[in-house]
Parts: sequence; structure tokens; C-alpha cells
Amino acid sequence: MTRYIIRRLLQAIPLLLIISAVLFILMNAMGDPLASFGGRRRIRSQDRARLTRKLGLDKPIPVQFAIWLVGNDWMDVDLDGDGVPDGKGTRRGVLRGDWGKSFMEKRPVREIIAERVPNTLILMLTSEVVILVFSLFIGIYSALRQYSLLDHTATALSFIGYSMPIFWLALMMMFIFAVYFKRWGLPYFPTVGMYDLSVGKTIPQVLWHMVLPVATMSIMSIAAYSRFIRGSMLEVISQDYIRTAEAKGLSERMILMGHALKNAALPLVTIVGMDLPILLGGAVVTESIFAWPGMGRLFWDAATDTDIPVLMGVLMLISVAVVIFQLITDITYTFFDPRIRYE
Amino acid sequence: MAVAEGTFEGAVVATERPPLSPGQLAWRRFRRHKMAMFGAVLLFLMILYVILGSLAYTEQYANRNDLSITLSAPSREHPFGTDGTGRDILARTIYGGQISVAIGISAMVISVTVGVLVGSIAGYYGGLIDSILMRFTEAVFNIPQLFLLIVLAKALSGKIPTFKVLGRTLSGSVVVVISVIGLTSWMYLARIVRASYLSLKEQEFVTAARSIGAPNPRIIFRHILPNCIAPIVVSATLGVASAILNEAYVSFLGLGVQPPTATWGNMLEQAYHHLETEPWMWIFPGLLILLTVLAINFLGDGLRDALDPRTII
Repeated sequence: MTRYIIRRLLQAIPLLLIISAVLFILMNAMGDPLASFGGRRRIRSQDRARLTRKLGLDKPIPVQFAIWLVGNDWMDVDLDGDGVPDGKGTRRGVLRGDWGKSFMEKRPVREIIAERVPNTLILMLTSEVVILVFSLFIGIYSALRQYSLLDHTATALSFIGYSMPIFWLALMMMFIFAVYFKRWGLPYFPTVGMYDLSVGKTIPQVLWHMVLPVATMSIMSIAAYSRFIRGSMLEVISQDYIRTAEAKGLSERMILMGHALKNAALPLVTIVGMDLPILLGGAVVTESIFAWPGMGRLFWDAATDTDIPVLMGVLMLISVAVVIFQLITDITYTFFDPRIRYE
Repeated sequence: MAVAEGTFEGAVVATERPPLSPGQLAWRRFRRHKMAMFGAVLLFLMILYVILGSLAYTEQYANRNDLSITLSAPSREHPFGTDGTGRDILARTIYGGQISVAIGISAMVISVTVGVLVGSIAGYYGGLIDSILMRFTEAVFNIPQLFLLIVLAKALSGKIPTFKVLGRTLSGSVVVVISVIGLTSWMYLARIVRASYLSLKEQEFVTAARSIGAPNPRIIFRHILPNCIAPIVVSATLGVASAILNEAYVSFLGLGVQPPTATWGNMLEQAYHHLETEPWMWIFPGLLILLTVLAINFLGDGLRDALDPRTII
């Protein structure tokens, strides 16, 4: 098992290198990072040349990539453009824990990301729990009472659920639960931000502000998840060992939880394992609409400004998480299905 | 397998009828699939809406600004109301629908082409080619699609000039959106196709084709490809649905097709700022996206069941 894990981690290295190289090339085609540097003022051309040199944007892309990866404290840097090197660089590179500095905020990328990750995780993990609870309940119930009224309703609703653009759902939620509730004099939900600035960042405030974004994201995923659980449950409960368990006189509850669910959970583990690392990246659209200061919002703002270090930081964080969670998923399989062995 | 079952079915149903072909069986399963038929009818209606609608309104009318009637509520004259520059929303949903559906279909064609090419070549040749192609597929697959869409859309935007197709002037952003969506959604199909090629290439008919000297491309595309057409058809159908949704996401973020060319997605983007006071601006385009995507998803689901020879009629 240990050898298997080590082998998988070694295999991940070239994969992550390919990902970062592809992304780096794409990002440098995204536009001019200096375009939004001066705010509304136009930058003078000598300033532009100086900034380009300072940020290292004057070098060819492969060299920029190498600097991003391993830093430039081992090579000579020419800051004033007179052709004479002014000493060694200061960057240490991602491989040595230096994620670079944000072009826009002039702060280390790691610091910026570390501020955003908790905000995103509060939102995304709550959604994931809501999603799992509801979709397990709906999925199992639909499978046990196949073709009942509730099953048909759940099927229809879930098709509608995943045929909707998520922001349209968000707009509807805002319209009904914020605009109309306010109009009707009911307690209405806030639509922007994490907390009321006049009250401050307290737990009830954050919870209250979380309701609409969490509901929006959950509805979309419950639709897909519950279909999925229904499908794998149906497949499992037609198996012989379930009939055997029934013949032994086990209670329905025992059969369901002990025999059926454990086997039906295997495909579920796969999709949860695929979704969890992506949660780290936040939800670009949902966070933008509800002005939630998370990773998705950070990514979107950085994309607007072509802030390459931040973009690379966010995407590589997600990629590493994906690789790790894939490995965890594969190891979890051995618990749910002892027939699976890795050597 | 499918043929064997076909004969069996035919024998049971009636002795006087010849056995049904796999295609006929699939059609029969599809017809009995209520949701799939509902999806087909709904999709037909949506297509009628965007085609017949364009006979009733001209595109000039859809793009005409009338500043005296900006943001007016639905009325007899403008059944869906008007937008921020006084354009008729009904007419815009018709022309926007044409573009959205066209983007959906073209993006699907790109993603299916890339997916099938990568998957079949990797699966058929195996070895080093397989490793390289699959590592690349995995690399692209690792990044959430929306993030990739944003990066790619920004990288390509503004690089393609305006052009004319079928008498309509389209901004180059249409091509950008199509390629961006197509190039970010082929990975899943590539994996499926590769998996079927891995098992199909070991079968006798491939050995037979090789022994009579058929060249590799011919074996890949003429001999093996028809055998994995079912998952490709299903994934292509569902691909149109997700491409329409992706167009909406990209447009909503302001990276999509640029006005005055309407799409359902960019109509929603403009409407976002009128959330409270002018709900008709976002309700109608959103509803049309929902209905179209829903219809295609129903259709795809029905096709999946119909093309699966194990489904019992």
C-alpha cells in the first residue's frame, strides 16, 4: 500500500508540471497585466518599461515559467535596463514555497489565498453537507419506492434542477426571498456580502448571509446527486445478496444501511472525491453574484486584471488538491469494497 | 450481442414478422420512453419558436434601439417587454436563441471531434502515444471547466474579426465562444472512447481487417468507430445541453458573445442589473434556456436507454 501511494505521488509530478506549463502559456495570452495598473490614469511608457522589467515580464515565457517555478535568486537581474546586472533576484519560486506577489495588490499570493480559503470553505463545506443529507434521503427513498409519486416528482425536479443555469436560479432566489419577502414585510435574506458592515463579522450574521448562496448551490447539486444515488441503490437492491439478507429475516433498516448502502456508496465516493477538491476553488458564478469574498471571486477578479501570480496560485492549489483527493478516493475504495487491492 | 438479442425478441413477439434490427429495436425503446418523447416534442417546439419567430420579426427589429420605450413592462406590443435600450425582448429571444443553439451544436461538434480523435488514437495505438495523450487529457481534466473557460476565453477574445454567415453579421466572439466551450469539454468522451477501443481492438474483426491489409486509419474510423457509436451519440446530445449552459455562464461573466448580437446568455448578463425592478428582462431568456436544456437532457437520457441493448422493452 505504501509503495502504491508513493508511486501515485511520483506519477503526479509530471502531471502537475504539464498542467502548470499549459496554464502559464494560456495566461500570458490573456492580455496585458499592466493594462489596469495605473487605475484610470494611463501609464507613461518609461514607467511601463520599468514595471515590465520589475515584474519580469520582459523575459521570454519559458524563462518566466522557470522563474515562477524555481525562482530567480540564482540568476542576475537587470532592473534599470542598462544592460548591466544589478545583482541577484529575490524570488524563490513555487517549488520552494514562494508563490510570487500579486501584480495588483503587491502582496504575497499565499497571504491573499490564505485569507480567502476559510471563507470559501465555510460556504462550500456547508453546501456539501446539505447536498449529501438531502440527496441521500431523496435518492434512497426514490429507489425504495420506485415509480411512486415522490419518485416521479423527484425525477422531474432533478431534471429541471440541472437544466438551469445556476445564476438564473440565484437571480430567482434573490428575487423571491430578498425582493419579494421585503415587499411583503416578511423577514428577508441579504443578497450581498458575508456580514452586515454595521453589525460586524459575527456568527449569526455570517450564517444569515450564507442561506441564499448555500441554497442556490445545493439545489443544483442535489438534483444530480440524488439521481445518482437512486441509480446505484436500484442496482444494488436487485442483487442476490440483498435477497439473502431478506431471507435471513434481517430488518429492512439493517439491510438498507448495512448491506445496500455500503455497496451503493462506492460510486458516490467517486463523485464526492471529485467534487471536494473543486470546492476549494469556490464557485465563481455564485460567489460573484452574492459578492461572497471567497476563492471563486478572487479568481474572477484576478482574471479581470490578468493577475497571473494569483491565477496560477488558485489553479495550482486546486490541481494539487484534485491529485491528492483522487488518491484518497482510491484508498477509500478498499474500505467499501475489500475485493479491491492495490499493490 | 445486440443482433443475437434482436433475433430472440423477434421470435418471442410473433413468428410471422422478421426479427427486428438493432436500429429498429432502439427506435422502439425510444418511442416507449415517455420522457424522451416529451423531450423530443419540447425540443421541436423550441426549434419552431426560433425559426418561425424569425419570420415574424426581422433581425434589424431585434437589434433596434428605441430610447422612448426603454425598460417597459410586457404589453400587447412588446409581449416580453423591452430592455435597457428599448429593444424588443421577444424578438431578441428569437434571434438570441438561434445563436445559442448554434453555439451549442457547433461546440458539441468540436468537443466530439477532439474527444473521438484523442480517445481512438490513444486507445488504438496504446503505448507511448496513449501515455502522452492521456496525461494531457488528465491535465486538462484536472482543472474545473469554468476556470478553464474563463482563462481560455480571455486568451482568445478579440483575436477574431467580425464576419458574415448566411446573410447575418456575427461578431468574432461567436467563434471564440464556440471554440472555448468545445475545447474544454472533450475530455470525458475521450476517456470513454479510449476505453471502448482498448477492448474492441482485441476482437477478431479487427484482426481480420488487419490481415487483409487495411490501413490503420481505416480500421480506426471504419471498422471500430461504428461499434462505439452509442456512447458517442448520447454524449453528443448531452453535450449540446451543457454547451448551451456554458455559453450562458461565459456570457454572464461578460466574456461571451458581444452585443448587439443577442444570445440568451448575454441577455441575462444585461438583465442582472435590473433584478428588482425589471424581472421580465431575465425571466424570459432564462426560461428559454431552461426549457431547451431540459428537452435535450430528456432526449439524451432516452437515447441512453434506447441505445443500450440490455434495456428491456
